[in-house]
Amino acid sequence: MLLDIIFNAFNGLIVGSFYALMAIGLSLILGLNGVINFAHGGFMALAAYLAFTLVPYVGFWGALVIAPILAGGVGYVVEQLVVRRLYLRDPLYSLLATFGLALIFQDLLRTIWGAQGLPLAIPDFLNQPVSSTYFFVTGYRLFVVALAIISTAGLFAILRFTRLGVRIRAGNKDLETISAVGVNIYLLRSANFVLGIMFAGLAGILAAGQLGLTPTMGDSLIMPSFVAIVVGGVGSLLGSLLGGLIIGVASGVTTAFFPAASEVVIYLIMGVMLIVRPRGLFGQEGLFE
Amino acid sequence: MSVTKPGEDAIIAAPRDAAAPKTFNRERLGLIALGLFLISVPLWFSAVGGYTDLASRVLIYALAGMGLNLLLGFTGGLSFGHAAYFGLGAYGTGLMLANYTSNTLLALAAGTLLGGLAALVLGPIAVRRRGIYFSMITIAIGQMFYFIAVRWNDVTGGEDGLTGFSRQPIFGWQLGSTHFYYFVLFFFALGTLLLWTVLNSPLGHTFVAIRENQKRLVFLGIRVERYIALSFAISGLVCALAGSLNALLDNFASPDDLRYTLSGNFLIIAVLGGMRNFWGPLVGAAIFVLVQNYVSAITQNWMTVIGLVFVLSVMFFPLGVLGFFRRRGRN
Repeated sequence: MLLDIIFNAFNGLIVGSFYALMAIGLSLILGLNGVINFAHGGFMALAAYLAFTLVPYVGFWGALVIAPILAGGVGYVVEQLVVRRLYLRDPLYSLLATFGLALIFQDLLRTIWGAQGLPLAIPDFLNQPVSSTYFFVTGYRLFVVALAIISTAGLFAILRFTRLGVRIRAGNKDLETISAVGVNIYLLRSANFVLGIMFAGLAGILAAGQLGLTPTMGDSLIMPSFVAIVVGGVGSLLGSLLGGLIIGVASGVTTAFFPAASEVVIYLIMGVMLIVRPRGLFGQEGLFE
Repeated sequence: MSVTKPGEDAIIAAPRDAAAPKTFNRERLGLIALGLFLISVPLWFSAVGGYTDLASRVLIYALAGMGLNLLLGFTGGLSFGHAAYFGLGAYGTGLMLANYTSNTLLALAAGTLLGGLAALVLGPIAVRRRGIYFSMITIAIGQMFYFIAVRWNDVTGGEDGLTGFSRQPIFGWQLGSTHFYYFVLFFFALGTLLLWTVLNSPLGHTFVAIRENQKRLVFLGIRVERYIALSFAISGLVCALAGSLNALLDNFASPDDLRYTLSGNFLIIAVLGGMRNFWGPLVGAAIFVLVQNYVSAITQNWMTVIGLVFVLSVMFFPLGVLGFFRRRGRN
């Protein structure tokens, strides 16, 4: 039984890592661009499919680097064509527009790569279990958690130590002022959007290695990511990270006891959080309201 | 959450649509014309290549869109989870017919009340936050119901949906396609009457005032959350009525009836038609259902077409079709 719980909790940790990476990207974009990017799941799936196509040519490691960058490029185009035109309007409109984009993404992915599921080949040595008792701890799963942590730490380093990061953080606090002191906020927002999309792309490739590829793969991950943001608190990247991991593990542990409730528990956690502490774990009071 | 800048369009559009003085004969005339048009639909709809169930679907989605629009367009709350109440209506009606009663009207009432009650209970939770947060919470609540429907196999039929029921004759009245259209039209009229009455009451004026300037109302000592929650409940009730009708139309309730994609479709319907207009969602629903039906006959990629229509209309016609024409009419 204990092993069963550990097994499910560990599974939850993996899925939670995907949620966390998604939520961090969403959170970045929400913070500076003021956009709930409903198409995030679409970008995520796009990167995963690009990786699938690239693996035969550049291998898994190459695809892991190139696919998120390509997805980021598509993100840049989308930002230029659609999202940027809606910055001055109510957030309602960007939510609706990105919902439309999500439909388009899903449909095009299905047209190009087909509706049936595809596997993403991962290197053999990553597929081995690390120990015989804990057979479920494969190298790949450890790799997923490690990469989630490393990339998040990398993001924090960028935000803390680079000029771009300082500007993003300052822009989160007061966009008008940094515009007044000479920062090109349109460029900054584009860069930020692309950065967020690249996180989605990374999540997509990692998730595809674990769960396989379907055109709707983004669907099942984006909703818990929203929840992760609410639980962690809007405006806090650390909150998004922890929120993602918490709901992932909670969902996993629930699977051990009552499998049918494994998805519902995520939303219950959010409900409880909203009643007990409406701003979330690390959220600021009154942001985006 | 005000969508246009205050004073620009909202002030003119809102009272005219929602709370116009009843002295305007033109408005009455328009209403009668609309009523006659809707009554006549089964007579000519097949001649232009449609079929009656499609017209019923337009009315049902329009009703859901108008219900949603009470909250979205007139109170200023963007709910991305109204499919939950639609779906609860559908499942409630289906379960009643499948297990407990052969009375179609009773089942319809039960489904509607189930969805309305859920909205009444969940509204106050969602209203704890505003703005973007509110939208995310409503999505999440909606998805919760989706997963319950998918996972609770014994009762809901799981992913395959709920089957094994069909609409029963009412007092010997067989509800064939055409008759069912009039059945739907009756409840459509009832639902719109409810919305119209609400919007023309002091309550409705409060809703619009909340949309326009929430802070001021708070300063005036009005408990804004309660009013938004009430708007949420009424709009959920109307959506549930639409969902119940939808279950009767298809003799089927699907988990997709609860899914956020359908919530998004209702938003499309409201925004496409014009969310500042009382009848906007009717126009939006007509466009949406007809595009979905005809484009899906031509190409597999109808989702792309709908998505494109949607993105472009959000970008270039934020006031929707009716808003667009009204504005041109004024100029």
